[in-house]
This record gives sequence, structure tokens and C-alpha cells, in this order.
Amino acid sequence: MPRVPMDWLGDHVELPADLTVAQLAEDLVRVGIEDEEIHGAAVTGPLVVGRVLEIVDEPQKNGKTIRWCQVDVGAHNADDGAPRGIVCGAHNFAVGDLVVVALPGTVLPGPFEITARKTYGHVSDGMICSVRELGIGEDHAGILVLSTLGLEAEPGADAKALLGVGDAVLEVNITPDRGYCFSMRGLAREYALSTGAAFTDRGLPRSEADTRPAGGGFGVELEDASPIEGNAGCDRFVAQVVRGVDASAASPAWLRRRLEQAGMRAISLAVDVTNYVMLDLGQPLHAYDLATLSAPIVVRRARPGEKLVTLDDVERSLDPEDLLITDGAGGRAERVLGLAGVMGGAETEVSSTTTDVLLEGAHFDPVSIARTSRRHKLSSEASKRFERGADPRLQRVAVQRAAEMLVELGGGTIDESVTDVDETRPAAPVRFDLAHPARLVGVPYTPEQVIETLESLGAEVSAPDADGLVDVTAPSWRPDLTSGVDLVEEVARLRGYEQIDSLVPTAPAGRGLTLAQRARRRIATALTEDGFVEVLSYPFVSPSAHDALELPDDDARRRAVRLANPLADTHPELRTNLLVTLLETARRNVGRGLGDLALFETGLVTRPAAGAPAAPRLPLGELPSDTDLAALHAAVPAQPRRLAGVLVGHREPAGWAGPGRAVDHTDAIGAVLRVANALGVEVEVAADEHAPWHPGRCARISLADGTLVGHAGELHPRVLPGLELPARTCAFEIDVDVLLAAVPADALQAVPVSSFPLAKEDFAFIVDATVTAASLRGAVAEAAGELAEDVREFDVFTGPQVGEGKKSIALAVRLRAADRTLTAEEVGEVRARIVAAASERLGAVLR
Amino acid sequence: MSATPDLPLSPLDETAVHAARDAAVAAFGAARDLDELKVARLAHTGDKSPLALANREIGQIEPAQRGLAGRTVGQARAAVVAALEARTVELEAERDARMLDTEAVDVTLQVQRGQRGARHPLELISEQVADVFVAMGWEIAEGPEVEAEWFNFDALNFGPDHPARQMQDTFFVEGDAGLVMRTHTSPVQARTLLERDLPVYIACPGKVFRTDALDATHTPVFHQVEGLAVDKGLTMAHLKGTLDYFARAMFGPEARTRLRPSFFPFTEPSAEMDLWFPQKKGGPGWIEWGGCGMVNPNVLRACGIDPDEYTGFAFGMGLERTLMLRHGIADMHDIVEGDARFSLQFQGVI
Repeated sequence: MPRVPMDWLGDHVELPADLTVAQLAEDLVRVGIEDEEIHGAAVTGPLVVGRVLEIVDEPQKNGKTIRWCQVDVGAHNADDGAPRGIVCGAHNFAVGDLVVVALPGTVLPGPFEITARKTYGHVSDGMICSVRELGIGEDHAGILVLSTLGLEAEPGADAKALLGVGDAVLEVNITPDRGYCFSMRGLAREYALSTGAAFTDRGLPRSEADTRPAGGGFGVELEDASPIEGNAGCDRFVAQVVRGVDASAASPAWLRRRLEQAGMRAISLAVDVTNYVMLDLGQPLHAYDLATLSAPIVVRRARPGEKLVTLDDVERSLDPEDLLITDGAGGRAERVLGLAGVMGGAETEVSSTTTDVLLEGAHFDPVSIARTSRRHKLSSEASKRFERGADPRLQRVAVQRAAEMLVELGGGTIDESVTDVDETRPAAPVRFDLAHPARLVGVPYTPEQVIETLESLGAEVSAPDADGLVDVTAPSWRPDLTSGVDLVEEVARLRGYEQIDSLVPTAPAGRGLTLAQRARRRIATALTEDGFVEVLSYPFVSPSAHDALELPDDDARRRAVRLANPLADTHPELRTNLLVTLLETARRNVGRGLGDLALFETGLVTRPAAGAPAAPRLPLGELPSDTDLAALHAAVPAQPRRLAGVLVGHREPAGWAGPGRAVDHTDAIGAVLRVANALGVEVEVAADEHAPWHPGRCARISLADGTLVGHAGELHPRVLPGLELPARTCAFEIDVDVLLAAVPADALQAVPVSSFPLAKEDFAFIVDATVTAASLRGAVAEAAGELAEDVREFDVFTGPQVGEGKKSIALAVRLRAADRTLTAEEVGEVRARIVAAASERLGAVLR
Repeated sequence: MSATPDLPLSPLDETAVHAARDAAVAAFGAARDLDELKVARLAHTGDKSPLALANREIGQIEPAQRGLAGRTVGQARAAVVAALEARTVELEAERDARMLDTEAVDVTLQVQRGQRGARHPLELISEQVADVFVAMGWEIAEGPEVEAEWFNFDALNFGPDHPARQMQDTFFVEGDAGLVMRTHTSPVQARTLLERDLPVYIACPGKVFRTDALDATHTPVFHQVEGLAVDKGLTMAHLKGTLDYFARAMFGPEARTRLRPSFFPFTEPSAEMDLWFPQKKGGPGWIEWGGCGMVNPNVLRACGIDPDEYTGFAFGMGLERTLMLRHGIADMHDIVEGDARFSLQFQGVI
């Protein structure tokens, strides 16, 4: 994002002499230009100019020769006026040269603090700096000799100001609608709008040279066989030849300094000049070596199979949608010079031997540039500006400015002829209701205020008609202003958001949380009160995680949505179940020494259907047809809400009062029953075999109609070591949506509480080991009928006394009638019915 | 004058009767516990005790003296019974006190029971946010996390080539299904407007996803709350009022918000929202809290709503940021790593 060197900004707008970077940031943020960062001064402390008075070369044992130098640093010399003695390893300077000296106390970029230090038998009282050490270039040539930058100063003068390394620079964040703010011109305009400071538009023609008739220049032709959305890829192309330039001339210090303060490196005169004008005015420019060009330049779309090596030395396969700059070498429009508006090619680049330069200043379709930039993952300073929308009226001025700079700094002459192929169309005016801003913003702007504000930003506003409607023509640098609300925003922001009142709107009476939303809170409360701790885990999963859980190859949980650009290539899938990520979270906790754990997580999982249709691509800003909407919904994979829990270690901790109680499968099943109970949903528990649970300790939880809710129990002993979880870890996972759908919609009807006496009957049955407690309990309860208040297992055992393949289940049955005291005879009858039913249905024998 | 042990006391021998009484009272007093008292009781009030025997003699006494005898023995026996009762109460109290004393425990030993668990603070704050909006009469809407690009971008006026679409650091689903992981909760705006009747006042807390690597202040999975109101006559002042109300609900009566011009494709005018935060490190100040604006007419049109009739506002802010600000959480890792200790410290209070 752009940096705003203050003295550069001052070329375009009057700045207060005492303006601080912080104040500048505040002034810009008020109109919507946010500060990204304030880059502190690169160098602090006594960085001064020094004149080398004396050099003594001193060969060292290590083969190096160091220089012991006496340097005059003017007022910074010793109290007796003696120069400073400084040891230096480089040799590219001579007695009499002006150099940059970092005296003790200077902090160079790094940060690297300079102190007086003993080295090679001398006390080196400072450092003679290189370009690199000063952070103003990558030049490895050695010490910076000021004359090479064309700089002169007195010994002792402040070198920070001379080099521009002592200034803090504001970096701002430009929103995508404000392409024009990628320039000092645009930022200065915004500063002026914010503060009322006097602004000079340096993008307007300044002299006759800027407006002289075009024609007779280098041949340029614009072609577009396949415009994107009807917009030509290039609608303006200005070309200007400058002859006799010394392209090897160094860019002057001020130019280098400004580029560097703006965050760019100085490269060569031609490149520096084009970059400078781009940063200054916002118009990207390109400089070609005229000698390498073969007229005409043709702007066209790429042909299938075409390739180009861009300036970054990457060979790129071009797409027929890419817009190219080509020339006539090898036939008309045969040679590709560059990706239009994005990056040039190497062949026609300006080199140190170039004498004649062709400057290009063009205007490209933002969509075309954005697509090319995205397609080739190639973002350049030019593409950033074009894809946000550049000013289509700026090309002549920008090219002329660059040409003049080239001549001024590198000599030569500007050709009288200039090429300007201009197919731009003026922006259509926006029909605008002057009352619209007040209506939408809620501030009673007068029509005069609205007109004044729009005009201040450069728009032309027609006289209002009887209904208060005007035609607003946006300025050329604001292609984003295309509708009424765009203009409303300009009025609101330029008159200040602080004018907006604070009014709480009155919503119609709401219905509160939905049944499902309230039920979900009850689930979380029930588990929390039961000792479970809620955690959240990321949904990104490695396919191998399903192997670790030993899911069968055809398990539906292996069919996952994959991300095209996962954060980690090892984790490209979205979770299809919660356990897979929750177990990882449990492992992390165990790894941190938390031995007794009960965790739960609620979240969505993604369950793609095989062969789901792709979502349709639909036009912007239009209500889709019912068919299209249905297709959109169908393309989105099912994302059921799940609840999973994991239990590790002890449920009741061991301690002074006893050995505690280790978690077991009943804790997992119990948690699910507790959740179902919290929702008032009856569920059934049955044995099941389902990975990753222990095949003998896995419960299937279902609704009364058999619909699967989920599974609970102890995890398979084989998967636990791989998950780095302790033996006997238990877990559950259920589908919350299934439970929620089963929540009774009607209010529960209460049963009166009987105050008649209770009759307790105990039974001990011997059954086959395969008979489940649930089936016995069911048979008993059914036989007892409505008199059964409760049926509960109170003892289960196997062993020699019950026989091989058998087990004993003892049940306590509580009987009570709603309307009478049960007689001994009645209780006896019920008892007989229970024994008979258990025997008939399950072969149970009363012990 | 004392009677021989073999012979019953004479009920008329007042001295002897009193001596028997006093002996009984002394024996009770000497009993050190309820067992010794029981022995003394049998000795002094049992059938063979001197006073019982004396009582039995009363019938043998000539009628003229029987009244005196009865009175003498009766008063002595009553005194004995009273003394016994009193001593019983005393000794029982002593026994009870001794028992309670020996049963005393160190109640400061740690309670060794399964502890209460805890909610994740992000979920708690989501619920609190929901409650704030429900209290205003708004409803809570939801949507999927893997979302059609149309809902995430196009319906919100992000054109396919709009630079903002690239700025969102989107996770794309492999293939050309046209699916992304939602980059904001804003697709719920479009879903809501398509599904519900106007006017609409909804908030949507939920998970969102961006391709940011986890560090102290970023996480690829985070939570936002989206607000959307579409009604006749809504202005930016209503937006500001709602934000101020929400800020006060979350940060206390001192809280207020400030709007700064910004850009979002789905709102126009758009604003960044700053929160006045008295507890800011280095002194009170404004901090960024979220984005907001008036719903762009293109969004309303995409949902079949006439922007000339209805206007709306929308806003969104990060819940992690809200949580970090409120509770001084310095590092995002604590929020996302699922360490039970992090959730437990909130103890259900947010």
C-alpha cells in the first residue's frame, strides 16, 4: 500500500509547516484513508557528512588491508578540532571525498547502534557508511561517496536530511474503490478535502506541450477480438519518443530518496522516472528501448499457445483473455512485448546503452488487468493501479512529464510528434436526487451543501430540476462513482460521519430464540453441569486421520470436501465428523498433563453428496430465478450440526477420600442420555459395532422410530495408541439436528402424582449371556403394565453359580397404582405375569 | 437407727428413708456415664431397692399412720426419680457432645467429586450477543459454513473481478463446484432476505474462515457477529444507534462508537467502526471493532427487494477481538487450541 513522504505530498497541496506524521494520518483517516503503519525514521542520531583527510593502509595478518582514516566532521570533531579516527574495511574512496559518517550514538537500520570501539589496534570513533548500511539501496560497491549521487555538503552537516533517511513516513491503506489514491496527486486531493488546504492538480495540462495535437508519432493500433463484458481491453494509448537520452546517467539523489521513501528501489534513470511519475500522478508508464521496437505497436489479446518471458524471468503461458502489447518484429503484432498493464518483457527493456526511449502511457480495462494479474499470480505496481481503475484523462500529461524529466536528467530531446489513440468514452452522468443523502444518512443536508460537496471532489453538477434532481458527472479519476448511493457516500464522508446521530431503531416485536437455538443452549448447559468442558477445534483434517480411526474404506465419513488452497497441504479436507478433530484436541490436553478430561464440542460437519451439482454462476445484482436458487441451495453440501465428547482418565478423581472412579462407556452413553433428557427426547440404546469404538462396548443411540442419533462408548483399544490417548478413553458423537427434530413440539401434559403406597418387588433372572438388559427390562416393564413406576437393574453377574453361557440379572420393580392401594393379591399377580413374560419371551429363569 | 440390710426400711423411719434417698441421689451423681447410671438406677429404683421395699411396707402400717408413711416414702421416691432424670439428661448430653467431638472432620479437605465443566468463552459471548439483539426484538439467523460463492460474494455485490474479492483470503473448495468456506457471516444477509418477510432485523453470530496462518492475533477460523436491518426509512443514524447500544451492552455504559469512511462492496455508504476503549493499553483510545454501512441497493435487488422502498444497514465485528479486548487475552492460541484450562477459568461467567 502507498507510502506518503510528506515533502512529496507538499508538491500537490499546501501543508502546515508543523504538520506531523501522526496529524497527517488523522487528517486522512477522517475521509476514509486509513493509516496502515508509520515507518519510523530509518536512521536516528548523529549521521553526518565527513571529508576524508588522511588514509593509512594497514595490512593485517589475516590478509586484509584495513584503512585507518582521519575524517573531518566539522562541528562534530574533537573539542580541539582534531578529526575523528575511523577504521574502514572498504577501499573505494579517496582523500578529499565526502562520505557519510555514523558517529557513536547513531542507530542505523537493523537496528544497529554505532559505538566507539577498539579494533585493529585503534579506537574507531564512528563508521563510514555504505549505501546498504544506510538502508537506501543494495549497492555493494562499498562506501557511499556523496559525489556519486551528485550531492555536496559541508563536513559536519546532517546527512539524514541530505539522504532523506531521517523522516518518518506514513503508509496508508487504500480501499479497492479508490484507485486514484495510489498517487500523491490523489492523496493530496483527499488531504485537501479533509482539511480545506489549497490543492493544485498537477494532473491537469500545464503547458502547450501537454495539449499539442497528436499525430505522426510511433504507430500504435488497438485491437480487441474478444472484449470482456463488452469493454475494450485498451481504450487509450499514448506513445512519446525521446531521443538521445543517456540512459546510463544515475538518477539524482532527490529522485532516489523519494522513490525509496515511497518504498521503491532506484533502478535506472528511465525506470526511476516512469516509477516516479506513476507514484506522483497515478498513471503507470512503461519505457521501451526504441531501437528494439518494430512499428507498429499493437495491443491485442493473446493467441492460444502463446508464451512470454516477463521481466521477472518467468516464462508464462498466455491465455486468450490476456491483453498483450506486441510489435512488428517477425510480422505485424507477432512479437509479444509484455502483459499489458501488468509487466513488460525483457527484450525491449531500456538498458544502459539505450539512447532513444519510447514512453507508453495507456488506459486498460480494470477487469482485464485484474484477471491477467490473478491468472498469472503477478501483481505489479501498474496492475494494482489499473485494476482499481485509472484516470483515462491523465495519459498525455503523465507521458509528457516523464519525457521532460528524462531530458532534464539524461539529456536528449522530445519528439515533436506524439501518438494518442483515444477511444475512451466519457462517463455517463448519474441522475441524482439531492434529497437522497439526507434520506439515507439521516443528516438534514441542504441541496446547496450536497452540490457544494460534490463539486469539491471534482464532479460537475447540473442545475436542479423542479423535483430536485440533478445530473452529476463524476471526475475522470473517480470511475467508482456510478450510482446515487456512491454520491451519497461522498456527501456523508466529506461532510463528516461525526454529524450522524445515534438512534436505536424500533424493531417489530420478535419471537426470541428459536426452539432449536434454546435447545442447543440446554444441551451445552447439561453437559457443562455434568463436568464437560467445551472446546472448539479447526475443521481441517488430514485424510490419514480416518485411517488412524480405522474407518472402513467405504465409510461415508471418508467422503469429504477438499479445499483447493488449504493452509497446510497435509490437511486439505473438511471434517465429516467432530471426533476426528476433537480427539486431536484431547491429545493436546493430555500432552499438557491434563490426565482427567471430559471435553465436548458442538459444530457443523460437512457431508458432501456424491455427484452434487456445481453452483450456477449468476449475474450480479439480480434476483435469481427459483430454479437457479434451488440449484444454489442444492450445490451447498449438507452440514449437520454435531455434538461430540471425549472422556479420559477419571470421572471422579482419586484422592484422600478414595481411589476415584475411572471413566467407562456408561459415562459416554450417560452424557448422550442426559442431553436427550435435557431436550425431552426419548432415545434407545442398543449394541453396535462402529469405528472407532470398541466393538463390544459401543452403543447405538436411536430415536424411538429407529432413526440413528449417534454412537457412544469406549474407543477401540487399537486406535488409542495412535491417537496418543490413554487406554479406556471413551467418546460419543451424535447428530444434534436429528435430536432437535424429535423435540416434542406440543407442551407436555403432566401426569398426576399418585400418593398411594409403593410396592417393591425384586427379581433375579438367569438368562442366556446374549440376552440384553434392555430386552429383559422391556419385557418386565411391559408385563407390569401401567402399574410399573420404575424398573431398574441392581445386580448383574456371571460365573459358575449361573452356569456357562448364562448371566444373572436382578431387577427391582416399583409398583404403584394411581387410584388405590395395591393388594397382596394384585402384587402377586403382577409378579407372576413378569416371571411368565420373561420366561416366554427371553427364556429367563427366576433364581 | 439404721435398718439392717435384711429388713425393709420402715416407711415411718423418716431418717432412714431420707438416708436411702440421699444415697440414691449420691449414686446417680457419682455415675460417670450412662452405663454406671443404669447400675445405680437398678440399685436405687429397682424392685429390690430400699425405697421400693419401703413402699411395699406402707400397706402393713396402721391406717392412722399410713398417710404420713406414704408421704414420706413418696416424696423420697419422687426426689430420686427427679435426680435420675436430671442426671440422665446430663450424661446423655455429655455422650452426645463426646460423639460430635469424635466425629469432627477437617472440612477444608478438598471436595473429591467430579467438578463442574465450563463453556468456551466464545460460545458464551456469542450467546450474550444473541441475547442483546433478542432484547431489541431482533432474531438470530444462521447459515452454512461451506457456502456457495454466490451467497458469499455475488449476492453481496462482490463482482467476480472485484479486487475486494481477492482481498478476502478465501478458502476455495476444490473443483468447480462454486463453493467457498464463508469469509464472513454476511452471506446470511442474502439468505435471510430471500427467506424472510420484510421488515427484517437479524443478528448472526457464527464461524468464518480466511487463509490466515495462526499467530498471536490471527486465526484461520474465527467468529463474527453480523447484524442486518432492512425496513422502510432506516438511515445511518439507526446504524449508529444500534452500534452504540451494542457497544454499551458489551463494554459498559462508558462505551461508544465512531464511524470512519471505508469501503465494502455490500454497503454504501460504508464505514469502519471504532470502539472507545477505556482499558486500552497505554491509555484510553479508539480501537477498530468492525465494519458496517447501509446495505448496497445491488444487494437488495439481488434479493428481490425494491431499494427505492426499503433501506437497510448491516454491520459485522469479530467476536475473538471482542473477547480479547474484554478479557485481556494477549494470544489467540489460547482461544483456539482447546486447552480445557482456558475454558475452565471463565467458570461460566462472561
